[in-house]
Amino acid sequence: MVKRKARYFPVFVLPTLTAFMIAFLIPFIMGIFLSFTKFTTVLDAKWVGFQNYIDAFSNKEFLNALWFTVKFAIVSVITINVLSFILALILTRNIKGTNLFRTVFFMPNLIGGIVLGYIWQVIINGVLYKYGVSLTFKPEYGFWGLTILMNWQMIGYMMVIYIAGIQNVPRDLIEAARIDGAGSFKILTKIIIPLVMPAITICLFLTMSNSFKLFDQNLALTAGAPSKKTAMLALDIYNTFYGSVGSEGIGQAKAVVFFLIVGLVAIIQLKLTRKREVEN
Amino acid sequence: MKKFLVILLTVALMAGSLMACSKKEETKDTGSSSNNTTTSTEDSKEVAKDEESSGNTQAASEEIYFLNFKPEISEVYDKIAADYEAETGVKVKVYTAASGTYEQTLKSEIAKSDPPTIFQINGPVGYESWKDYCMDLKDTKLYSYLSDKSLAITSGDGVYGIPYVVEGYGIIYNNAIMEKYFALTDRATTVSSMDEVNNFETLKAVVEDMTAHKDELGIEGVFASTSLLAGEQWRWQTHLANLPFYYEFKENTDYDNTILAGLAADEVEFKYAQNYKNIFDLYVENSCTPKGLLGSKSVNDSMAEFALGKCAMVQNGNWAWSQISGVEGNVVKEEDIKFLPIYTGMAGEENQGLCIGTENYFAINSKVSKEKQDASIAFLEWLFSSEKGKSYVKNDLGFIAPFNTFEEDEKPTDPLAREVLAWMEKDGVTSVAWTFASFPSEDFKNYFGDALLEYVQGTKTWDDVVTVVKDSWKSERAKTK
Repeated sequence: MVKRKARYFPVFVLPTLTAFMIAFLIPFIMGIFLSFTKFTTVLDAKWVGFQNYIDAFSNKEFLNALWFTVKFAIVSVITINVLSFILALILTRNIKGTNLFRTVFFMPNLIGGIVLGYIWQVIINGVLYKYGVSLTFKPEYGFWGLTILMNWQMIGYMMVIYIAGIQNVPRDLIEAARIDGAGSFKILTKIIIPLVMPAITICLFLTMSNSFKLFDQNLALTAGAPSKKTAMLALDIYNTFYGSVGSEGIGQAKAVVFFLIVGLVAIIQLKLTRKREVEN
Repeated sequence: MKKFLVILLTVALMAGSLMACSKKEETKDTGSSSNNTTTSTEDSKEVAKDEESSGNTQAASEEIYFLNFKPEISEVYDKIAADYEAETGVKVKVYTAASGTYEQTLKSEIAKSDPPTIFQINGPVGYESWKDYCMDLKDTKLYSYLSDKSLAITSGDGVYGIPYVVEGYGIIYNNAIMEKYFALTDRATTVSSMDEVNNFETLKAVVEDMTAHKDELGIEGVFASTSLLAGEQWRWQTHLANLPFYYEFKENTDYDNTILAGLAADEVEFKYAQNYKNIFDLYVENSCTPKGLLGSKSVNDSMAEFALGKCAMVQNGNWAWSQISGVEGNVVKEEDIKFLPIYTGMAGEENQGLCIGTENYFAINSKVSKEKQDASIAFLEWLFSSEKGKSYVKNDLGFIAPFNTFEEDEKPTDPLAREVLAWMEKDGVTSVAWTFASFPSEDFKNYFGDALLEYVQGTKTWDDVVTVVKDSWKSERAKTK
């Protein structure tokens, strides 16, 4: 039986593996190579070594985008996770209409990034119309606009994950704690949260990486206005690549740096939260 | 049996998942008809019949791919492609890049295995980035059709870019509203017809008085919104910026062409920044939209405001006629729509005309097969010399084509194109040549536009804007050295 499974193993893995290699692995390796070159299209590259990286880090817009993205990620991660956890707690109490609420809160996640960005741009501009300004007036408006948008989109999704996590906490543990006289807050911190840690790991990871990688919504909401001050890392890389002649290599270098940052942050975060996971 | 079924399904899965990625490769089979890329439409009728009867086995080498720059007329090109295919059997794939995204789209499309065979460059600067992909066209009939050969983009002996449309821009105004103003009895100026508005001072007086009387005139503002949304700022950072730089480069007597003078400039003084500010402030202060909201307005919004009669003037070019006439509820009549030169307060501007030139040059991809190149050139020659092609150009595309294949009665019929021609031929008036082809890069224009947005919103002063312009010209020009 095992032998037969082993024989069919490549047949099933091959399609996905091929697609993965073509669409991800090969471009990724090409990208790392190209980040050390100066090129116009992917076919004509000239080696320049680390110059692209030096140019990338001395570029004011890149540093601004980096700082903006970090601020945005920290704020979004905290707000999304706190709010979705609270919602999950509320919606696991078997109150009337729980299923309806869960569906409604999840639905924003189904709308694609670009459409969402444009819709929110219209909404926010409509609100700011009363004050005679538009979203491009100050970078802060763009920052909070993006935060609101991201929250609106992601809270439902994270809430669903937290609901699954909370539902896995055995009822008898909580009842036992209640009998022992533990208050709601103690139950939350000492029982529910440790047991929901796997869900927290996942949600933190997802919100962190989504916040760092945000592109569609950024482009549609502000496109970096005013003067590229609300451009996040992905948009900055896009602008560098297509903006002026000869900066494609720098754009590629920025992309490699971007990958390293996101990868590093994700690994650290995963390690930290994995350690706190408690077995049932 | 079960084993067989499993294997069959897995193979189908593999094939299915890979087929989506490689659709383009499969069409590379060569057909027998690759030698039939004739340019005359008479014998290609028989060829067309042959090809259609052989059931779509036409070679992919005869499929030409045109990457279109102008979204305003993309639908017309679809019709043209259908007609051309019916006539000659050559399939023309037309793909239009969204407003402000041509460079990005071209960059990604040209690296693919089925790149555009006809694409556009915007002038000498665009040629610099794409010179490895531009074919020499000096021996083609298309080049011989040019009525003014100096308009083409050349490098050494070769001809690499052929302009296909001469365009003009200025201040479009609705004469019906202007006449209403001139009929007002309590107006503050003594101007009684647009012919008397021939310099900035008069224009400013008329516009500011109209703003004071806007309720009586039934408009919300004199000018349409100064659209400063991202990607929609080209009317200010390119078209309007043309004027001060034209005058600055004209003073460089080493060159007899302002574009060449501009290309040689590593730094600019932005000497006539005040003149730019004059007209820009006039647009912004007399607009139908409050200043703080201009960052959310697009060019479509502005043209719609003009078409619906909410304002009397809008800066744009003759290509905008189809946009205006296509707006639902358009109240602007063909006989009322006219052009006014953009006056900025320069000495002697009474003799200044509209800004005329071209930023649209066709280039043929030098890296595709000879059959595709010949087919592409044949298509363009058909478009600009055959009866059917010329009627499309005249009536639907609305191009003022700089080719000697066009008779007098084949010049375009839309009112703005006729206005451009009228201003070009007016006695004593010199048109302002399009000098923005010498601007260092797209990024320079974007920096300028972003600075203008902040100036309008009050977070930058005009001196800051001037500094941004001078600094970014210098740094962007340095990158191309």
